[in-house]
Amino acid sequence: MKILLVDDEEELVSTLAERLSFREIDADWVTSCEDALKKVETEKYDIAVLDVKIPRISGIELGRRLKEKDPEMRFIFMTGHASDDDFRAGSAEVGADYYLVKPVNIELLIEKMKKVLED
Amino acid sequence: MIGVRSNLDAKGWNTEIMGSLKPKFWDYQDITSGPARRMFNFRRMWKLAFFLTTGVALVPLISMAMLDYKVTQDAIESEILLRTSRLVSNTQRTISYFMAERRSALDLVVHENTFEILTDHAHLSKIIQDLKETFGGFVDLGVIDPLGNQRNYIGPYSLLGKDYSNQAWFKEVVAHGVYISDVFLGFRHIPHMVIAVKHELSNGFFYVLRATLDTEKFNDMFSNLEIAGRGDAFIINYEGILQTPSRLHGNVLEKLSLPIPEPAPKTRVLEWKSADEVSLIIGYRYIAGTPFILMVVKQKEELMKPWYTTRMEVIGFLVISIIIILLVILSGATYLVNRVYLADQTRIMTLHEVEYSNKMASIGRLASGVAHEINNPLAIINEKAGLIKDLLTFKKDYTKDPRLIGLVDSVLSSVERCGRITKRLLGFARHMDVSIQSTKLDEIIHDVLGFLYKEAEYRSIEVSVKIPNDIPQLETDRGKLQQIFLNLINNAFAAMSDGGHLNITARREDKDFVSATITDNGCGIPDEDLERIFEPFFSTKTKKGGTGLGLSITYGLVKDVGGTISVQSEVEKGTSFTITLPLKMEQKEGSKT
Repeated sequence: MKILLVDDEEELVSTLAERLSFREIDADWVTSCEDALKKVETEKYDIAVLDVKIPRISGIELGRRLKEKDPEMRFIFMTGHASDDDFRAGSAEVGADYYLVKPVNIELLIEKMKKVLED
Repeated sequence: MIGVRSNLDAKGWNTEIMGSLKPKFWDYQDITSGPARRMFNFRRMWKLAFFLTTGVALVPLISMAMLDYKVTQDAIESEILLRTSRLVSNTQRTISYFMAERRSALDLVVHENTFEILTDHAHLSKIIQDLKETFGGFVDLGVIDPLGNQRNYIGPYSLLGKDYSNQAWFKEVVAHGVYISDVFLGFRHIPHMVIAVKHELSNGFFYVLRATLDTEKFNDMFSNLEIAGRGDAFIINYEGILQTPSRLHGNVLEKLSLPIPEPAPKTRVLEWKSADEVSLIIGYRYIAGTPFILMVVKQKEELMKPWYTTRMEVIGFLVISIIIILLVILSGATYLVNRVYLADQTRIMTLHEVEYSNKMASIGRLASGVAHEINNPLAIINEKAGLIKDLLTFKKDYTKDPRLIGLVDSVLSSVERCGRITKRLLGFARHMDVSIQSTKLDEIIHDVLGFLYKEAEYRSIEVSVKIPNDIPQLETDRGKLQQIFLNLINNAFAAMSDGGHLNITARREDKDFVSATITDNGCGIPDEDLERIFEPFFSTKTKKGGTGLGLSITYGLVKDVGGTISVQSEVEKGTSFTITLPLKMEQKEGSKT
């Protein structure tokens, strides 16, 4: 499986990508929406793991645009904030499979990814 | 429903009754100040409502009653005077007619018979006989010549030849043509009167016919009169001597006990007060052509008796009306002001509730903001530490130093702990504004205890939670339930001293309800406070910063989720709050979330 990680915290996404690679999961990471949209032009990803709060446009909006480019793409959202009603409504619209509250346990993340792909 | 286990003694009931008579707002002191303060002076509001309404209702009523009283009294009095006056006039007519009739009879006799015939004994006998038969009451009959000598006489005395020339009555009859005497005691001591008529011929010769009548017929007329009000009718002469017997003012030929009324050409009625303060209505009439005054005397008190009865009825009716009006106004004013007072209390409570929920919402927002801010760096620490661990685990370059792995594990477990705290904070904030959702009772209780377990640890409070497995998930407002438990457990903590025991149990009541009981072994609540603890602003901790709103808000929250709350307590033994919750909360239209 191929994963795209999007979060404005480079420290977070880069480390997470590296850790996933230890577990034999191929993960690319970007820190902005523009880069994410560029990335999907050239690569095919099974799952996008998106931070809800990305500068300029929200994770939800990014999810929507990514889905336009690749309707088969699945989404897992990460958030530091759990009380966001708009987020829940929006993520349902995009078809988010899961949303996880930071800090995320990597084993849990992998488990969810596997579940998404099994469906 | 508030179940209260409390023993009210007799004294308690007394205060209860007094308390229920005195409206709640009576002793209320508004805590706010400033220009609006007067608006919330309920006692003043009550007084204003009461006195204004009383004034508006009673002033016209009493005025009308008084006016009506006066008018009716005047009408009755004038009616009495009028009736007396009518009686006097009618009686006077009868008497005048009676006198005129007898005078005319004598006139007829002198006109129809010559002096010669009248001086004939047999003729005169025949005439008196006829008069007795037609009119009655004629005692004797005499014929007197111009010199005053009685020339013929038929009667019980031997008065033939008697010289009347010097007597006053003879002079009067000669001068005026007619004479009617006062009443006097005549034959056999029966009252009599004399009527004399003069007949003058064209040649200047005249003679006088003189008749004596007993006054029995006269008296009969009075005794047949029906006079209301212990009334009396009689005749006096100008000297005030009674000419006919009276019932109350003396017998015939006695002096009248009343003053002689002043002469008047017509019937007059006046009111007179006797020496013993008895009010009399006196009607009188000078009977023309006679020396008589007709008098009708009535006792005013007697005549007014029906009016006095009516008056008592009117006054009684007025008094009862006033009492009823006062009672209605009293209860109406009390009821209305009480409603205003209760509405005001609700307003204050709502205000405080809004304040409270605003405060809670701010705390929630602050907590979630903090949690969010912490979560991001925490996530980085998590990933970095995770990477270190991964490197130690997956890369052969890094020797598997168990000490390093231990250190990284400890970093990771601390991050996890921080994460749990921030998640709980976030969860708390989230439930502040979410309405119905599926939730587990034990989860909520553990969540709440999560905030308090440190305190419990410091104070050595033993907390035991026993939630049986058969408790199903609740469809309810998680945030509200969380606040309910937080408030109740906080209260229990406050009531207990260090080393106390807190027991939380739950059980399924029936297919629709579960109940949870929170029991502490703290100081307990005295009986007299027990029934008031759910009232807003009732607090025993005001000096320690309590608002007196905690339990009233809890009560409101329990009602919001469709449950009930009850309390049992024993001083120095502990308190136990039981809340009963529906498995499925009904969403109320427009309910606060």
